[in-house]
Amino acid sequence: MDILVFVKRVPDTESKIRVDPERKGIIEEGLNFILSPYDEYAMEEALRIREARGGKVTAISVGKEETLAILRKCLAMGADEALLIKDPLDETYDGLRTARLLAACVRQRFPGARLLLFGKQSVGADNSQVPAMVAELLGLPQVNVVVKLELEADRGVALREIEGGLEKVAFPLPAVVSAQKGLNEPRYETLKGIMAAKRKEIPIIPIEGLGLRAEDLAPQVIVTRLETPPPRQAGRMTSGPPEETARQLAEFLHSEAKVI
Amino acid sequence: MILAYIETRDNKVKKASLETLSEARRRAADMNAEAAAVLMGAEGESLAGELFSHGATRVYLLDHPALARYSTQDYAASLAVLTQKANPLAVFFPATSMGKDLAPRLAARLGVAVASDCIRVEVKEGQLEFTRPIFAGKAILTLKLKSSPQVATLRPNVFPVERVEARGEMIRETVDIPVGQGRAEVVEVVAESGGELDVTEADVVISGGRGMKGPENFALLRELSALIPRSAVGASRSAVDSGWIGHQHQVGQTGKTVSPNLYMAFGISGAIQHLAGMSSSKVIVAVNKDPEAPIFKVADFGVVGDLFQVIPVLKEEIKKLRAE
Repeated sequence: MDILVFVKRVPDTESKIRVDPERKGIIEEGLNFILSPYDEYAMEEALRIREARGGKVTAISVGKEETLAILRKCLAMGADEALLIKDPLDETYDGLRTARLLAACVRQRFPGARLLLFGKQSVGADNSQVPAMVAELLGLPQVNVVVKLELEADRGVALREIEGGLEKVAFPLPAVVSAQKGLNEPRYETLKGIMAAKRKEIPIIPIEGLGLRAEDLAPQVIVTRLETPPPRQAGRMTSGPPEETARQLAEFLHSEAKVI
Repeated sequence: MILAYIETRDNKVKKASLETLSEARRRAADMNAEAAAVLMGAEGESLAGELFSHGATRVYLLDHPALARYSTQDYAASLAVLTQKANPLAVFFPATSMGKDLAPRLAARLGVAVASDCIRVEVKEGQLEFTRPIFAGKAILTLKLKSSPQVATLRPNVFPVERVEARGEMIRETVDIPVGQGRAEVVEVVAESGGELDVTEADVVISGGRGMKGPENFALLRELSALIPRSAVGASRSAVDSGWIGHQHQVGQTGKTVSPNLYMAFGISGAIQHLAGMSSSKVIVAVNKDPEAPIFKVADFGVVGDLFQVIPVLKEEIKKLRAE
């Protein structure tokens, strides 16, 4: 089964984000970039499916050349191939533009793909848009926020997380599935994998090579402001015997916060 | 017209949908326009009154046998038919599981961009401007959309619900959508134990971290939750990664971002990725043994102490207050 895994390079979740209000972008200097955590679940699931059913796993990303590092990580985890769609723009926050690039790439290069795996959102833009948009552009069924996936040759069943429960969704292949935490436990890359990944060539295709019209490549999102939230003020602190502090806490919740 | 998508559960309008409709009405008023609501499936008829009284001057009832059960593809196709016919300025969805699944699919069908998970919507020079957290709240992005209609999802628990004196008309639209092959279908909905409230929907989130010391102690938080209406139990990443509680409870950058009226943090030190997910809570209280814990820097009220001693007394105090 040929599987595509779509991945994104994002700042480590432990990073403090600084913004440049003039440029309306985040300051990348000093940040440690990683494979977006939800994409890691998608990668792991692809590898497990390949181990069970055979086939090929290709990791695909959109970005500048720095993005090659996370594609190498995918190769080191066990992806057979990787591909970078080279985009000259910084983050556009425009999910449709990204989805158009990916859908065009699938049409052009991977018409036989059976499963398109994504993380449920990137950690950063937090859009949760691209999987559903790619599915729509390619006319495929989608299941988002998946915590369990079972596949047969031409169909699958997934458990999708919703508020207070799960939806069991049946779908035919090919399909788009986006991964949620809980789907699996991603493996660490092995030294052998890392060495092999270094030797693999990662093809780079420019966005102009995907046959899209100029208006499809123009972002529809205009960023008017980017700022860091005002810091919260620390409030009161208390310590002492639990009988006393718990009573003060209850009193605060009742009289001041007015939630109890 | 701004169209609000109305999500229902067990034929009841979800609170997040009323928030979405209320905001649609306010922003439409800024533009001298009206708000409308759309309900999926014929059985929604009985809900129209509630939507009129929350500001919808028109309620569209989309009728097709396939809409009885949620399917992203059928719902998106039906909404696209309505959108092309009714020509709204904007379509607002609640940023719920369903809204986040559906809005981008509709938008891609219409060829327009989406503003996700908005916490503020304003009208500036006749144009909608959307504000939303990125990096789970570590930064705040304000944006405009060039494409039209403007599609946005609005974060639950942020926008106030407003009742208004209003009357409207119900418009039944029978949509003609292709149904058949190539669809994902919900075959079953599995409720979690007792259908407990999700952390994103709760008014009060009661979270535990590494200081809970083990899975069995989350019972303490559940007992506390039982005393507080519309509350839910949350957790830090370390508690989830230790296997003490399911990941659906996780609050933070690789979990859920929450904005409840009250966030209670027990035994949570306050890693930066956790703070990102809960700092927009209206009130934060924390109980932790370590007076240097970063969680105290964002807490409105902090108790330095042993949660295992504080919680039992707190429960009794809350019982007393509720009895009064």
